Amino acid sequence: MGTYIARRLLWLPSLLLITSFVTFALGRYGPGDPVEILLGQHFSEEVAERIRAKQGLDDDIATQYIRYLSDVVQGDFGESYQYRGRSVTELLQNRIWVSAQLNLAALIISVTLGIAAGLFAALRQGTWWDSAMVTFTLIGQSLHVFLTIPIALLVFSLQLGWLPSHGWDGFFSTSIILPALVLGIPGVAIVTRLTRAATLDVIGQDYIRTARAKGLPERLVRMRHILRNALIPVVTTLGFSLAGLASGSFIVELYFGIPGVGLLTIESLFARDYPIIMAVTLLGTTLFVLANLIVDLIYPVLDPRIRLGGDYVAG
Amino acid sequence: MLPDDAQRLTLPEQSRRSRGYLSLSLRRLLRKKLSVACLVVIGIMYGSGIFAPLVAPYGYNDQDLSVAKQGPSLSHPLGTDRLGRDMLTRVMYGLRTTVIITVTSLVTGALALGITLGLIAGYFGRWADGVIMRVGEVTSSFPDIFLVLIIVATVKPRILQYVRDFEDASGIDWIVRLGIVDYLVISLALAIFSWFGMARLVRGQVLQARENQYVEASRAMGSSNRRILGVHLLPNIISPVIVSVSAGLGAIAGAEIVLSWLGIGIQPPTPSLGVMIFENGNISVLRSDPHLTLVPSAVLVLLLFTFSLLGDGVNDAFNPRAR
Repeated sequence: MGTYIARRLLWLPSLLLITSFVTFALGRYGPGDPVEILLGQHFSEEVAERIRAKQGLDDDIATQYIRYLSDVVQGDFGESYQYRGRSVTELLQNRIWVSAQLNLAALIISVTLGIAAGLFAALRQGTWWDSAMVTFTLIGQSLHVFLTIPIALLVFSLQLGWLPSHGWDGFFSTSIILPALVLGIPGVAIVTRLTRAATLDVIGQDYIRTARAKGLPERLVRMRHILRNALIPVVTTLGFSLAGLASGSFIVELYFGIPGVGLLTIESLFARDYPIIMAVTLLGTTLFVLANLIVDLIYPVLDPRIRLGGDYVAG
Repeated sequence: MLPDDAQRLTLPEQSRRSRGYLSLSLRRLLRKKLSVACLVVIGIMYGSGIFAPLVAPYGYNDQDLSVAKQGPSLSHPLGTDRLGRDMLTRVMYGLRTTVIITVTSLVTGALALGITLGLIAGYFGRWADGVIMRVGEVTSSFPDIFLVLIIVATVKPRILQYVRDFEDASGIDWIVRLGIVDYLVISLALAIFSWFGMARLVRGQVLQARENQYVEASRAMGSSNRRILGVHLLPNIISPVIVSVSAGLGAIAGAEIVLSWLGIGIQPPTPSLGVMIFENGNISVLRSDPHLTLVPSAVLVLLLFTFSLLGDGVNDAFNPRAR
């Protein structure tokens, strides 16, 4: 177990080395001279020379890459091209905080609504409530933000005028509701489906019948015996859905003008602000690997039949 | 007498059984009304994409400002956009882009790369397995849409430049104009990220299948590796491959639309659902003519929805034990 975690964690630096090299090489291969990006279209050759010398842009790619790496190891991700004079670290800190709040809100919506709906449907198996929920889970997973955003805006911003259509005022404000809602809907569908299936599994178990037979109030049976056991598979998928949320969130950030990592990344991509793109790549890879590792570590805790590190064949 | 009889008995029996499994699965799929409905819907969407030049009522770039921004009517069933272009026509041509991207990136990525590398990794093992799986793990360690973004944003302008130079030198002028470069770069970028799932699946299947006695028997009879792979192993892994393909198509279609929406995928005037969603996505258009943004978005969701339903159906039909 310990060696497995160590091996997975040791894989991370080599992975970061590869991903950073690929991104670095792509950045140098792509269009746009860094000096031109820094200074705009019009600049004197003299200034350009000075910046090239200062930034070491005249060296070959390998030297530049190694210098970049040694800076990164010391926690210095360089300076942004588009926001002159601001360090990438400083820019990213604010943005990450905003994105984290948005994703957290979406996750809360997915989990609470999903578990409630799943439990509700499973306890009414065979009724039209159940069928309605199942239909929703089928459709909900495919509800791309491209469709839910315009509908949500039409209804809640334009027709009813209840919620703002644009902007960001932090976690405790009305401006977070629509983005978090559209971001969370596919998750609601997934969690509902999982909870429903898991609950149906649990309901058939002997210990539920025993609990009822010994005269436990139905409320206690549901809370203590059914829900707690049914949540196990739901927890495992949360790690995956975190990774999924991150890739959907940049569309939402762009639509609603939320100053998060996604918006910054897209801006940087168009502005060819490679220091920021590099930093986001490294950050994203790290998060992704850690999320997968955590999920892998939770599995055997919840289901002792799964053993880590063994060479089992996927069936 | 006896050998003759035995031959007559075993040979047709065997060939019927091996063909029988696929057709049995297919029949199981076609028995379900929902799956058939999905096949029909996807057939209509892909058909209208493929045959767009024949069935579309207008040209995709035919502008008629006198009918701009109209709602649905008899002559324009889905209305017209701000330049008076017919929305139905543009949706059809947008689906044409979806067809091209999904098919090319599926064939090059999941099918060609994924199956070949998966077979090699699973069958030969050792260093080939190590290299292929490590490379795959690297590509799948990225949040995928993000690296596709970077690749397309950095590589496409360069390739576009090469092709322009080539056009100038050779006098051909239709490569860039028809958007072939866009199609190529996006398909390949998506293929890079779709091969590994398939390769891992095929590898796992091969690891199981190669332990079978008929593989050993075939090797004992002197079969070459190529024959064992092609005749004995490949047919055995086809149904999980079909399941995986049907589950992955929606994701590819969605990724192209997101790229085009961002403005780094398919470039206008080449139509794409992503371009349509972007062009009509701002709040003032939404206020005055909501159908302009809702139509392409609804088509996208219908596409994703039918793909995911079909994926479930295919999984049930081809993988009856997993139910």
